Parts: sequence; structure tokens; C-alpha cells
Amino acid sequence: MSKLGQTPSQTVGPYFAYGLTPTQYGYPLKSAAGPEVEGLAQAGGPRIRLEGCVLDGQGAVIEDAMLEIWQADAQGRYPGAPSGANSSFSGFARCGTGTAPDKSYRFETVKPGSTQAESAPHINMIVFSRGLLSHAYTRVYFEDEAVANESDPVLALVPEARRHTLIAKRMETDQGIVYRFDIKMQGDSETVFFDV
Amino acid sequence: MTDSLSPRDWASHPAYIDPGYKSTGLRGPKQPLIKLPLGLGETLGPRFGREHVFEKDADLTLNGRVNGEPQGERIIVTGRVLDEDGRAVPNTLVEIWQANAAGRYVHSKDQHDAPLDPNFFGAGRCATDDQGVYRFMTIKPGAYPWPNHFNAWRPNHIHLSLFGPSFGTRLVTQMYFPGDPLLPLDPIFLATPEVARDRLVADFAIDVTQEAYALGYRFDIVLRGRNATPMED
Ligand SMILES: [Fe+2]
Repeated sequence: MSKLGQTPSQTVGPYFAYGLTPTQYGYPLKSAAGPEVEGLAQAGGPRIRLEGCVLDGQGAVIEDAMLEIWQADAQGRYPGAPSGANSSFSGFARCGTGTAPDKSYRFETVKPGSTQAESAPHINMIVFSRGLLSHAYTRVYFEDEAVANESDPVLALVPEARRHTLIAKRMETDQGIVYRFDIKMQGDSETVFFDV
Repeated sequence: MTDSLSPRDWASHPAYIDPGYKSTGLRGPKQPLIKLPLGLGETLGPRFGREHVFEKDADLTLNGRVNGEPQGERIIVTGRVLDEDGRAVPNTLVEIWQANAAGRYVHSKDQHDAPLDPNFFGAGRCATDDQGVYRFMTIKPGAYPWPNHFNAWRPNHIHLSLFGPSFGTRLVTQMYFPGDPLLPLDPIFLATPEVARDRLVADFAIDVTQEAYALGYRFDIVLRGRNATPMED
């Protein structure tokens, strides 16, 4: 049987906010998902903030990008995993870059556990924006997991000189643990994007 | 979840850099993508379905009313969400947003000199049923100018966002209308490989059209499917 052709991707455009992130932007519609992963109280791990900016090829901050994250809980369990999951943890959040004063994204979540013996803890991320015709997949790894990162099979596929673009920097702030992960769409330190 | 996932078909999706669509020049990744072996992070995905939808969310002629009916041409947009093998994708969230009949978005950054409609918000959502069918009642969106080049106008379109069964099946796209004279002039539509462009254009459907009330359009959406099992050597 011949396959049906995939519906092509198109850019999210500049005006997604009232449709996809309405609560965050103050529009009168309840968002399906906001910048905080649901079920954090039962997620079993230290809460973190994941934040950063999305930068274009000239280093300008992109004010109309939208990020989505998808991750396992602190024990490394993805929602819906066949081997047993934490049913109250959504593992998902969505944030636009148009509301913070510095046009950063800010996710409230937990640091995920490792999902398999050999893989390092990470958060899966999708970037959408005006000027991005197809969404771009990347991964957020953690600076303070250097040993696990060394043996991660996906990081091993990335040329060594580019691996640093996937490592979030850890900061201790008066608001708790913050991981900083800037996304560079182009340039010398272009973030690694994956063909998922 | 899906136990496997067919590849993202790059012959169907636009390239990241497109000379006609200016904003791609500084925003599209330039380094080659690195092929990711599929794991749980790709084959599992967030669950968004019926519990995230209120009935009125699928009727954009109702959900923004303040003191009357929205202006413009009522339309019904419906179709099936399928995978590449034609299997229905049930209970998955479809989110839409669009301009009003005059070509103006509610978004605070939209400064197009066309009127807002106090009774039209322009965003909605629904979940597919067991056969993968979604259905919206809305107003036909107007064309609007954009600064890409001199006299640039976006064709009439509705933005759609879908999850499907996994994080790897995520899709954001736009639906266009048949016979729109702006389509052959639109850099975003034209950035799509030619072979796949007609998949972005809805069909007018008299069987969807509601007698004396609203024109009907059918727009099926195909997400990535399961990996093909080799049939023979
Ligand atoms: Fe648009």
C-alpha cells in the first residue's frame, strides 16, 4: 500500500501567542499547557528552573519564539512509559519568549532522572518561531552531570566541538537552582539540532 | 506512544533556509541535523486530548462573543488526522488560531490597519474522535499584508498545531483555501516542496457545507506513522 504523504510543516508565525500560550500572554483563553510542568509536587526531585534566550544569526534575541519541553520525572520515568510511570507528572510544558523583560523563556520543572543505564539526564526540547519553517528538536543536558554526559550515546554522536551547545549551565540563585540554556539558531556556536 | 516512528520526510517539509522568506535567513539552522536514534523521549509524548477541551472551544463563532455575532463568512473546517498508513489518530489535540474576516489578528503585535472584531477572538481547539475526525466552526480569515517584500500579502490561512501519539509526531502547519490567487505569490507556501504543496490546501466540500448556514472545507492532516516493516527481501 502506498503511504500517504506527510502534511508539510509551516512556520508558527508571529501571532501564535493567543492560540498556543494565551494564559502566559494574558489573553482570555486557558492554555492547554503553560511554562510549568504539571505534577511537580509528585515529581520526586529537586525543582529547577530552566531558562534561556533564543538568538538569531546576528546574536539578536528572538522575541517571538515558542519552546516546548518533554521529559522524564526525577526517577527517569516518562509519562506513559510501558514500564510504569508517574501518572500525575505531565512531563510537558510550553513557553513563549515574549513576556519576560529579557525575552527569555522560563520553565519550572524538576531535574529529570536518567531514563536508561547509559543515558545522561536530559530534557527534550522543540523550538518554534517566525522564520522557522519546520520546528527544530534539541536536547538539554546538565553541566553537573559530567560523568554521565561522557558516556551518553546521543552526545557521542555530536562532534566534540559542538557538544557544549547542549549543556545547560547550573546557577544557584536566591530563587533556587537555575539551569541556563541559550539556543543559538546560527553562528559559531549554533546549537545542535537533531533529525528526530 | 508509537513503538516506532517513520522518518520525518524532508522531501515534504520546507528547508530551514529559504531565500524567498526573508526571516529564515537569520533564524533557520545552517548546520546539518544530527540523526537521533529513537528512544522513549521521541516515541512517547504528552497526552493532550478531550480533557483539555471545552465544547465551545471548537466554535470560534461563539467563543469570542461579547455583544453579538462575529462579522464575516461562517465556515466549517473538518477532516481526519491520520498517520502515513491511513490509520486514524484518535483523541489528539488540535489547536488553531487565525485572523478575523478583515485579516486582523487579536495579537497585540498585529498593527495591520484593519478592524478588530469585538466578537471574534480567533483561537480554538478540539480533540479528534475515535476515527481521527476534528471539526471547527469559524469565520473565513482574511488576507493580510506582511513586511517580507513590497506588496506582500499572506493568503487566507488557518494555523494548526497537533501533537499526535508522540513527541516525534508534533506538527505545526497552516491550512490554505482552494483557488486563492495569493498562493502562487506566497513565499511561505512556496517554501514547501512543490510535490507536497497541495496537501496544505483544503478542499471545498458541499457535503460538509451546512444548508443555509456555513460553507464546508475538508482538510485531512497526515502525521508521521510507524516504521515500515520490510515486506520482502
Ligand atoms: Fe498567519
